[in-house]
Amino acid sequence: MTLSRQDVAKVGMLAKLALSDVELDTMTSELSKIVGFVSLLDELDTTSVEPLAHPLDTQNVFRDDVPAPSLSTAEALQSAPRHDGQYFLVPAVLGESGAA
Amino acid sequence: MNAANAPTAAPYTTIVGLEVHLQLQTRTKLFCGCSTAFGAPPNTQVCPVCLGLPGSLPVMNRAAFELAMKAALSLDCTIASFTKWDRKNYFYPDLPKGYQISQFDLPFSSSGSLEVVDPKGTFAPRTVRIVRVHLEEDAGKSMHDDTAGRADSRIDLNRAGTPLCEIVTEPDLRSPQEARAWLNELKLLLEYLGVSDCNMQEGSLRVDANVNLHIPEASGRIAKTPIVEIKNMNSFRSVERALIYEVARQWEEWQQTRAELGTMPKQTRGWDDPAGVTRAQRHKEESSDYRYFPEPDLVPVTVPPQQLAAVRASMESPPKQLRQSLQSQWNISAYDADVLVNQGRDLVAYFETLASQVGGGKVASNWMQQDVLRMLKERGGAIADFPVQPAGLADLIARVTAGTFDTSRAREIFAEMVASGRSAADVVGAMEIAAVGEDELRDLCRELLARNPKIVADVQGGKEQAAAGLIGQARKKNANVNPGEFRAMCLEMIRAMGR
Amino acid sequence: MQPAELSAVDIVAAVRQGDLSAVQCAETFLNRIEAGNGSINAFLNVDREGALACAAKIDARRRAGQPIGPLAGLPVAVKDVLCTANLPTTCASKMLEHFRPPYDADTVSRLRQADAVIVGKTNMDEFAMGGSNENSAFGPVRNPWDLSRAPGGSSGGSAACVAADMAPVAIGSDTGGSIRQPAGLCGITGLKPTYGRVSRRGLIAFASSLDQIGPMARSAADCALVLETIAGHDPGDSTSLVAGVPRYTELLEQPLTGVRIGRVPDHFAEGLDPEVAKGVEEAFAVLKAAGATVLDIRMPHAKYGVPTYYLIAPCEASSNLARYDGAHYGRRCEEAASRKGSRASDGPIAYDSPLVEMYCRSRGEGFGPEVKRRIMLGTYALSAGYYDAYYAKAMKVRRLIRQDYLDAFEHVDLIGGPVSATPAFKLGEKTGDPLAMYLVDLYTVAANLAGIGGISFPCGFTKSGLPIGFQLQAPALGEPLLLRASDRFQRLTDWHLRRPKKPVR
Repeated sequence: MTLSRQDVAKVGMLAKLALSDVELDTMTSELSKIVGFVSLLDELDTTSVEPLAHPLDTQNVFRDDVPAPSLSTAEALQSAPRHDGQYFLVPAVLGESGAA
Repeated sequence: MNAANAPTAAPYTTIVGLEVHLQLQTRTKLFCGCSTAFGAPPNTQVCPVCLGLPGSLPVMNRAAFELAMKAALSLDCTIASFTKWDRKNYFYPDLPKGYQISQFDLPFSSSGSLEVVDPKGTFAPRTVRIVRVHLEEDAGKSMHDDTAGRADSRIDLNRAGTPLCEIVTEPDLRSPQEARAWLNELKLLLEYLGVSDCNMQEGSLRVDANVNLHIPEASGRIAKTPIVEIKNMNSFRSVERALIYEVARQWEEWQQTRAELGTMPKQTRGWDDPAGVTRAQRHKEESSDYRYFPEPDLVPVTVPPQQLAAVRASMESPPKQLRQSLQSQWNISAYDADVLVNQGRDLVAYFETLASQVGGGKVASNWMQQDVLRMLKERGGAIADFPVQPAGLADLIARVTAGTFDTSRAREIFAEMVASGRSAADVVGAMEIAAVGEDELRDLCRELLARNPKIVADVQGGKEQAAAGLIGQARKKNANVNPGEFRAMCLEMIRAMGR
Repeated sequence: MQPAELSAVDIVAAVRQGDLSAVQCAETFLNRIEAGNGSINAFLNVDREGALACAAKIDARRRAGQPIGPLAGLPVAVKDVLCTANLPTTCASKMLEHFRPPYDADTVSRLRQADAVIVGKTNMDEFAMGGSNENSAFGPVRNPWDLSRAPGGSSGGSAACVAADMAPVAIGSDTGGSIRQPAGLCGITGLKPTYGRVSRRGLIAFASSLDQIGPMARSAADCALVLETIAGHDPGDSTSLVAGVPRYTELLEQPLTGVRIGRVPDHFAEGLDPEVAKGVEEAFAVLKAAGATVLDIRMPHAKYGVPTYYLIAPCEASSNLARYDGAHYGRRCEEAASRKGSRASDGPIAYDSPLVEMYCRSRGEGFGPEVKRRIMLGTYALSAGYYDAYYAKAMKVRRLIRQDYLDAFEHVDLIGGPVSATPAFKLGEKTGDPLAMYLVDLYTVAANLAGIGGISFPCGFTKSGLPIGFQLQAPALGEPLLLRASDRFQRLTDWHLRRPKKPVR
């Protein structure tokens, strides 16, 4: 299974990773190899097998609707690359919400 | 089809579906113990979990799940016996983890419906099918900031992690008016259940609408315009206005372009309320590949039948049921029942207490609508704080029924009861309202009959109703005159005169 | 008394009895770290001040007759993947180089509660992705047995520091073998508990359904001591098991008679180093002599373990690492150039907006090549049109692999075998080929996929003096048997007591 450079560029944008021309080339060949390797799973007929999402069979874990202490604003912002003491600051968001 | 009995065909049918997000009325967020209170200073209700700090993990709020179940049950949805959560992956600064924990292929409920009935009958009852109701977390807020000549967005994560129910309907609505009415019914229902305070201004209820037109063509084929999703509507009235605008816009566009559903990607348009128009938003292709996969940090939830039964049993009766029971129990009209139920459970309770004390629904309903509601509106505040209890009002009504004074006098008394908080008896005493003695009444009658020979003549001529003309004069002389008594006495005296 | 020569069990006893002060003990190890870390690079951060202050308080309490915790005075090194409040927690990445979390991981809280003395944070493969500790943004870790060789990974720093006696115990994390494999390559004992046995709260996530935290030490007995403290239900982790924690240290004594140990002939295929094969067979012989029965068993889907793992782990990781976008914490790229709103581009990909540019450049600068590779692979495998063929498929094969274990454990109580196909390899030997590096996890990934526990300990040395590791795996919550069998082995042999020839001074 070979990925095209264009496929990889698209994935890069989905993953929000800046890739230089060289990195894009390297990534394309490496990913193609890896995807080829993991396609070994195609050997197995899994039509009647249920996917396993959690390794152990726990269910129904809840917490009570009881308030717990929040962080102070200072603590919340302490690792923020840019903030104004109240808000996190990021380059302008254009248009409306990111989710459709 | 015979032209004579063919119905007048509208040029198109409006097709509307809604997507409603409502914040559940829990004390804490969906996955952590931060408060969900509205209006706190920015970034004061956050913790490692809702900030998405490295190493943080979510734990499900039981109350949120139960409220979500109540919401779904009230919409007649089927509750899945097994449900799980999924990650919806996308990048946005109000989404600190880079994914939203939501539900994808196994939502906790599906296949319900909610009917909206217009008591005025401007549209036929409309049942809107619910595709699904699922439980997910809200994102934070981002605000644009143009200060200091640099374009930044300010991010407040207080809202991030608030429990949200997402309700998706089938496109069953057929007009902007229906949509607005249905939303009101939904809001009423959810308020009745205590699931959400459904306040669009505070953001606890948000609506997106999907709308397109079906246009019957001469060939018999139905052409469909591309579906448009409308966002950014801040009130139910906005929803109606936006839909009215968008329907007209799509019809216009259809006539010009004949562009059909499927020939272009789904469009999103934002409603600009001041300008009264929808505007196309930038289309972001990649953001629609959310790469959903099961949330590994949360375990699935099973809902056994006993738990479901317990939740059902704990639910209060919904508006629809309440309307019906008010009509059947108190013999009031559908319209009256609707007006009362729309005011909320507390007011309905007031009405029912009043009606039982007064011994009848119609009288009580009239007083509620014409007087209580009017006073509430003038004064502001809720029925729970109303200065007159049902018993006090019932007492007043009884006096009116007994004929002690008429309705307009009673209104004055009621206003004073509300203003002072005193009982009818006290107010009556203070206003020196005393029944007029028989002799005094007779004197008054004699006086007025003497002064109004024409009226006497009319009555003697068979027009008894002419006597009513004397009542106003009588009351001017003595406000305490009981109109009924006075009229009866006049008639008696006139008859006596005639002999 | 030479603390560096004592086991953790003995250190704790000595401190309790007053034969050794916590300060003395901490100082000994801190000095060894200072002397040796330059050549091994096991530590990213040493908290000398904090450790000594903590030790002093413990000594004061002991002298005053006040109660002290079960690990009082025990120096512990913590893999830099666990949050330590207000101490740097970097995951060996430029992305978190200056990050100080406002809270402790559950494991770290428990250690502190037990009066352990946290001496520092250990080096690792970046975001726990790797099998050699060569993926660290702050330099590789060197194997104390041969400084030209890798210690294994991703808990390379934790393994090396214990092997070099820079700490008596260390905490590691294991997603596909990251505790067991470096323990094997460094000649120490490392335990990956059953999934959910130890809380993941505060463990910076790599692959959420596979990650587990575990102890690394010189012996199973020492691992048992630490596991007693860090295991247990945590209501703050939904995947944490609600199961009582046995007194592991008290369950070590029982003999192995009647214990059935499975041996998988397929493990001994071509590709397994002959010296390793020999060491492993000798280990089986020791266990047999101790009373256990060894039975050949089959694990039919074993060969699909690595490809399954290298789908599930990168998919979960691509989502877990999305939060590192420069917005709320972590590294953000230099903004000046992008803020003018121009449609900049770095190479072939044009950015939609300054915000997107910030994301892409921050992540491009902050992550190393292996992390980027796995994020890309995971994003691809989850993307529209590929989900069913890759991620969903892998989840199904995962069930088959788990079933192999459930079937095997009907006939045996433990499964034994190699932990690594080769002893420690040379630094740089596998870095040119990602797939070659992925295959170092051949014997370890299956336990994570199945959610069961595994332990590795030394069972011999190659002619050139490199440690050979042996692995035991047990059914879910089988830690008592794992520890007991390993402990029995370590009473009958002394491989685990050997130190590197050139001791770090």
